[in-house]
Amino acid sequence: MKPYALFKKDYHSELRTRYAVNSLAMFIIVALSVILFSIGNEKVPQNLTGGLLWVVIFFSAMSGLSRAFVAEEDRGTTLLLHLIAKPSTIFNGKLLFNLILVFLMNIVITLLYSALFEEFIIRNILLFLLTFFLSNIGLAIASTIIAAIISKAGAKGTLYPVLSFPILLPLILISVMLTSYSMLGTSFDQALVEIMVLVCYNVIMLTASYMLFDFIWKD
Amino acid sequence: MVWKIFLFLLLAFVSIAGISFPIVENPQTWYQFPLIPGLEENAKIIFFHVPTAWLTVIGFLVSTIFSIKYLRKKNLDDDAKSYVAAQLGLIFCILATVTGAVWAKFAWGSYWSWDPRQTSIFALMLIYGAWFALRSSIESEDKRATLSAVYSILAFVTVPFFVFIMPRIMDGLHPGSADDKFTPSGGPVVNFKMNSSMLLIFFLSLIAFTILFYWMWNVGYRSLLIKEKLNKKIIRG
Amino acid sequence: MNNYYLAAEQITKKFGRRLIFKDLNFKFQKNGIYGITGINGSGKSTLIKIIGGIISPSSGKVIHQFNKENINSENLHDNLGFVAPYLIMYEEFSAWENLEHISKIRGINFNTELFNSLMEDFLLLDRKNDLVKTYSSGMKQRLKFIFALMHSPKILLLDEPTSNLDDAGKESVYKIIKREGQDKIVVIASNENSDLDLCDIKLKLQDFKL
Repeated sequence: MKPYALFKKDYHSELRTRYAVNSLAMFIIVALSVILFSIGNEKVPQNLTGGLLWVVIFFSAMSGLSRAFVAEEDRGTTLLLHLIAKPSTIFNGKLLFNLILVFLMNIVITLLYSALFEEFIIRNILLFLLTFFLSNIGLAIASTIIAAIISKAGAKGTLYPVLSFPILLPLILISVMLTSYSMLGTSFDQALVEIMVLVCYNVIMLTASYMLFDFIWKD
Repeated sequence: MVWKIFLFLLLAFVSIAGISFPIVENPQTWYQFPLIPGLEENAKIIFFHVPTAWLTVIGFLVSTIFSIKYLRKKNLDDDAKSYVAAQLGLIFCILATVTGAVWAKFAWGSYWSWDPRQTSIFALMLIYGAWFALRSSIESEDKRATLSAVYSILAFVTVPFFVFIMPRIMDGLHPGSADDKFTPSGGPVVNFKMNSSMLLIFFLSLIAFTILFYWMWNVGYRSLLIKEKLNKKIIRG
Repeated sequence: MNNYYLAAEQITKKFGRRLIFKDLNFKFQKNGIYGITGINGSGKSTLIKIIGGIISPSSGKVIHQFNKENINSENLHDNLGFVAPYLIMYEEFSAWENLEHISKIRGINFNTELFNSLMEDFLLLDRKNDLVKTYSSGMKQRLKFIFALMHSPKILLLDEPTSNLDDAGKESVYKIIKREGQDKIVVIASNENSDLDLCDIKLKLQDFKL
């Protein structure tokens, strides 16, 4: 499968150079450390921990997910990609890479976070896992399409969070709500509306991304 | 020319009526507004706050429509029209946020409380800001127009989340939020009782501001197109 | 065996509001080597990119047909070989790894014999497992030819094919171009006289500009 082959190319490249993984791992550690040091000996109120988790996830995503397109652009290999695959293959391949990266990154963050903040206790684990799964997909989709946009602009590093935040805001708000619910132990039926909104968001983002990617990719 | 005079008269009437018509308990004549407990004189802000919020959305809509036109025809004039609409949209967005905060202060006690609709107007401001930041980072005119068109459309699909979905499911202070006892999960944003003269002034205000937007947009994009033609002439030498 | 038809209809290209060329028309119906030439800035690279579907024209269209059937723009990349100085391969991989990944992304099997034979033609066989990072600019240029030929394209577009090449490199490239010109359309964009000497027909870009 061609998108999978593109993912394998990126994976192989990553193994060899380790650009993304190293800096992303360091970023996660730094972000969590900054929060820990800023809080000092104070206790974080429990209802705050849910939101704080998504802050760390958001900024880590901003640090690591633009690489998929920006690295190609910076090294000049975009033309090469143009000549070997059609736009939908490229998008699928990069989306696959970002999906896997997002899941790995967020699993690490969530595990570290729950170890470091004892107040972060989840009562309804199933709800949290579902939220985690759906939100990660949405995060990957939105981040990938925005990465494609900024790869063709200047000032890429700073522009990426600026453009992503408004687009990701509905996702973040819903994820924070659902995380609070799973910490409170709300049942699945009561959270159904929010889950549906999350699914809607993913579907809409995916559709819009497929339709728009051709315009971004082709000069 | 004639319609500009008409616009002036309409806006003047709306402003004067909106501000000076008295608010009394039992309106007897056509120029008296009913009393809404808790708001009293301050209710008049509705004639100005709601139209600015309305124009923010219109600005965004017009900008996105011309962005889509650009993607089809690649005519840079469409990009200019989109740009001017967005500039106006941003101005009205700031006005809506400020008038909203003022209203919030005397109705709910504080200027800002992250009520979902306040959050959504703030999100709209972030979208506009991001859009202008994106534009200023691209040199090539074609790329700039294409990429800002794409971002505009992408942002547009998230707007329904902010405007319709989030306010219904999140707790908030605007009428129609999840915890509103009178209209839970599904009322109109504006929920207080307006009598027919208030409604009249209100709709006249909406119409007047919309025409004002059209006029400002028209002047704006024509002057932008002329400026670009002049620049081209100067470069050619 | 001549089956490819390449035509340009009323191609106009503007960058922003700056006009590069207007209402370009041509038809290539026979195999052979065609040249595009013109002064610097006349739009040679732009035109060849438009033919290759890398940039879109501002108006007009390019038609690619093989055996009288239209090749649409989505599939064009699999039928065309493209070489240019601004084409860059993945420097962290070796030549072998590059072409292997590229073949898989194209969805075709990596043809090892073809790869080895092309590497030999272009005098790179002994470097096939070295990282492209370690190649000289002439070697990188020759690798691009291998990239352009690995998937047996039906048409070749070469922008400045001999840039960065020494005499031996140029010879090997000319040999291949002449060979390919026998059974497919080859389009060269260049200002080098030695490149243009190979061409049967030449298009001079100034003639089209208003």
